[in-house]
Amino acid sequence: MSAGTAKLNVTVAEVKPINDLVTRFKFVRTGGGDLPTFSGGAHTVVEMQDGDITRLNAYSLMSNPADRGAYTISVRRDDQGRGGSKFMHSKVKEGMEMVISNPVNLFSLDLRAKKHLMLAGGIGITPFMAQMHQLSMMGGNFELHYSVRTASLGTYAKELAERYPGKVHIYHDDQKEAIDLKTLLANQPLGTHIYVCGPKGMINWVHSTAEDMGWPREAVHSEEFLAPASGKPFEVKCAVSNKVVQVGEHQSLLEALEAAGIDAPYLCRGGACGQCETNVIGYDGKFLHYDHWLTDEQKAGGKHIMPCVSRFEGKTLVLDR
Amino acid sequence: MSKTEFPPSITSRPVYGELEARSGSGHLMIADAEGAEAILDLAKSVDTGFWAKAHIIYIPKKTGTKFSGQLEELGASQYYAGPSYEAAQGRIRRALQDCHMGTQVYLSGTESLMGQAMAEATAAGIPHTAIQTEHRGSTARRMQCVHCKGITEDVTTDPFECSHCGLSLFVRDHYSRRLAAFQGVRVDAEDPGNIPEKVELFK
Repeated sequence: MSAGTAKLNVTVAEVKPINDLVTRFKFVRTGGGDLPTFSGGAHTVVEMQDGDITRLNAYSLMSNPADRGAYTISVRRDDQGRGGSKFMHSKVKEGMEMVISNPVNLFSLDLRAKKHLMLAGGIGITPFMAQMHQLSMMGGNFELHYSVRTASLGTYAKELAERYPGKVHIYHDDQKEAIDLKTLLANQPLGTHIYVCGPKGMINWVHSTAEDMGWPREAVHSEEFLAPASGKPFEVKCAVSNKVVQVGEHQSLLEALEAAGIDAPYLCRGGACGQCETNVIGYDGKFLHYDHWLTDEQKAGGKHIMPCVSRFEGKTLVLDR
Repeated sequence: MSKTEFPPSITSRPVYGELEARSGSGHLMIADAEGAEAILDLAKSVDTGFWAKAHIIYIPKKTGTKFSGQLEELGASQYYAGPSYEAAQGRIRRALQDCHMGTQVYLSGTESLMGQAMAEATAAGIPHTAIQTEHRGSTARRMQCVHCKGITEDVTTDPFECSHCGLSLFVRDHYSRRLAAFQGVRVDAEDPGNIPEKVELFK
């Protein structure tokens, strides 16, 4: 449980396969009524009861933020993943009751921007769908460059091109099409902000190209949710709650703390938001930091860990929880 | 004259750095008076291709021709020297309109010049944290009277008389980025007529 993550009881109103990999889910409030409002770029954390395991995965809301009747998300099936997306694809049916968190936005539009330049890769399209709804209602200036593997796996590409004529540019990997990033970034008017969501390589490419070309860091925004990495099991001592917790091979440190009944804060569960930052009291071993939150100095310092994605290898780890 | 060090103050008070050449598609440099020296110092360490993409807008004020010749000789693709900030403002706006993301903005000289040029650059869409500044020369302040809202330039004493309404104003460190001015508040508001002697705080 965490501050700012009040829960919503919802019912699955629609399950719609979009292509071979992606399925769309629509949630309405159980018992009727409006859902809380949100802003483009927000995500919700979906709770999944998968047998004995409670899975909590964050998914971007892709519906129109002005529509409080329902939330929709799209889930890409990851057969090599830890099982959350497979659960969504195989177990979630229309009419099922589920619990999701209030929306949280870690990828919001900077509304001081005079132009919003969006760069999406694959399933990274979903936050932009809500943002484009929001901007088109406000008369905002935006442009989407969307890289997909093939036309048939180009989730929502066709309908976006029809909905926003002239503003949507699609690039197909199988036709050797690629975003000409240098030319694109060289010709943007002052006041343009870049937003990128997609695979890690794409995000790094956009950040480093923009930096080389003199773009201010404050004008480049990105979102990447990490799935917690698997690794060797380890043991952690929690000084405040006086518990010793075993972290399993396919379990995150945060999940292990929760399973032990320790009240650990979180928001994104993907190494991005900083909410779960935990002080390290003592350790003998090696940290495996996977988050985007701590600075390199902090990672080397051995005083902090982000339990949602990071792990530990060694003899002892004592946390301030 | 080297860069000015200001004593620590409230968070509202702007702080300035030291200009350094950064990679970018263009370099817009705006300076007044001794601010020229910051550009001349930066010039010692830039690549040869730098000036072909640079535009210098310079207001010499009391320094006259002391630095203008050296600045012009740097070989910026555009060089302009003008009599006042007001005279240069149209050119600054036009220059900002024409440049693209990736252009670097460098401001040096007095707080009045840097503050006003900063307001233009942020209005044009550059985040204020991405604009480089270096203070050189006079520490005289551009002040706004909180009572009549008039601006008084080149304030060197505390208190000072508002050039619009005539009230004696206390010089605060409270700063407005929007107005590019410090706040001046009536010094004898609670005890009319009791005006402390002027002290020359800024030169």
